[in-house]
Amino acid sequence: MARTTSIQRKSLTTAAAWAVALLLFFPILWTFLTAFKPEPQAVASPPIFLGFDWTLQNFIDVNEQRDYFRYFVNSIIIALGSTALGIALAVPAAWSMAFVPGARTKDLLMWMLSTKMMPAVGVLVPIYLMFNWLGLLDSRIGLTVILTLMNLPIIVWMLYTYFKEIPGEILEAARMDGASLRNEIIHVLTPMALPGIASTVLLNIILAWNEAFWTINLTVTDAAPLTKFIAGFSSPQGLFYAKLSAASTLAIAPILIMGWFSQKQLVRGLTFGAVK
Amino acid sequence: MATQSSRTAARLMLSPTVILLLIWMIVPLAMTLWFSFQRYNLLYPDRAGFIWFGNYVNFLATPAFVGAIFNTLILVGGVLAITVILGIAIALLIDQPIWGQGVVRILVISPFFIMPPVAALIWKNMFMNPTNGLFAEAAKFIGLAPFDFLGQAPLASIILIVAWQWLPFATLILLTALQSLSSEQLEAAEMDGAPAFSRFRHIILPHMARAITVVVLIQTIFLLGIFGEILVTTNGGPGTASTTLPYLIYKEALLDFDAGTAAAGGVVAVILANVVAFFLMRAIGKNLDA
Repeated sequence: MARTTSIQRKSLTTAAAWAVALLLFFPILWTFLTAFKPEPQAVASPPIFLGFDWTLQNFIDVNEQRDYFRYFVNSIIIALGSTALGIALAVPAAWSMAFVPGARTKDLLMWMLSTKMMPAVGVLVPIYLMFNWLGLLDSRIGLTVILTLMNLPIIVWMLYTYFKEIPGEILEAARMDGASLRNEIIHVLTPMALPGIASTVLLNIILAWNEAFWTINLTVTDAAPLTKFIAGFSSPQGLFYAKLSAASTLAIAPILIMGWFSQKQLVRGLTFGAVK
Repeated sequence: MATQSSRTAARLMLSPTVILLLIWMIVPLAMTLWFSFQRYNLLYPDRAGFIWFGNYVNFLATPAFVGAIFNTLILVGGVLAITVILGIAIALLIDQPIWGQGVVRILVISPFFIMPPVAALIWKNMFMNPTNGLFAEAAKFIGLAPFDFLGQAPLASIILIVAWQWLPFATLILLTALQSLSSEQLEAAEMDGAPAFSRFRHIILPHMARAITVVVLIQTIFLLGIFGEILVTTNGGPGTASTTLPYLIYKEALLDFDAGTAAAGGVVAVILANVVAFFLMRAIGKNLDA
């Protein structure tokens, strides 16, 4: 805003905004701190804020006693795999809807969106049974496919809104110069669409990484990702706050950083272009 | 203009996505409907057969059913009320000229990226635990008896946790809408002597109306499916005090192995979600034309 504001007022609003921000962020900060505490100090009364004996032992314990790394790898495979599959399917689809729209393109888009409205519990029984018959329960392939299908409408929508903003004349010009459809996509469209594709990829990794219904219900151990690993901490087994915090820190840190980078584009993806 | 061949190519590029989504939409739903009319318990697979609406009667007659519907609505309504009201307030605050706006934005948005089981367990253990959670410590510090949040007020505690996760979403979207408001209009109103509240009431709020609608509808879709948070905090308890529709269906299916009744519950959940979806699609569809 171009209005001139007094320094006093700016100081006051700054203080208020920072107070709110720190309050909302505090649980995450507290988790990070607790991850570096020895277990007894993690439950000390009164709580110790910074003056504890900093240690990395929890991270080592979590990995050695609970096999953290295996879950981490599963999370990466499932998140990246479903994103790659989704992008491979959605780029051509979004391209064709954005540049060669037909009479029913809008209906098609709305229909894709409607598949996202299906509550997961509504189809839990058939998916579970199908996976059981096909031997896909607790398999990374099965989970990757489910997460791809789940997020496919969002990917298509997000790419569509980005592709829509690329001027069609440039593609016409390339076509005039004799570029084939394949070349047109690879050499003209892709470089222009790359920023949009990048933020779509980021959002989809975040969504897949944090998905906590199918990943918990369709896995046991082999394909179990971090959501399942963390959910395993729900039964109390003595002193474990520091280990829970260490595991949580490792599970959320990569996504938190990706989220910070993609937050500007996030709004568009999460509202299907309704708010930009 | 697109040629005939590029049109054909476009249809070909579109078809894999459409076909997959068509299968994804129709097959599981058709199977859910099918199972909802079957007697089918995973423990006794041979005792199967068509039983008309028997599963629906079973599911609707489950003692927890009415409570689960209410709990679902209270959870969704409670989280919506908190996130929309606080979301507007925080968006208005952050939109002011402040120092370190970028960092503030990042801190505010952060809870949204925390995976549901992590968020729920952090709150359950490190904050709400009645013996050594931070809330209990704070209560002791000011001389009060610690409160057993998840034991005494399970649903309210879950609402608090979920609201913490979704407040960033509401704030971010409302802030984006707020930033597209032209400052001339506000300045003109200020010149004319309109007090802050009426500027908010007559300019800012109408401008944010669409964003608020979108926030409410999208959150409703996600909140109707809240599952992980309940699973790791209360397991639907104590008793059925925090059992929602999704958790009840999960319990029928994977704890009681009654696939038929769970499928009937699934159909109920689909109907409920579709009522909401109908309005969401209208709101988004309208925007597509603009």
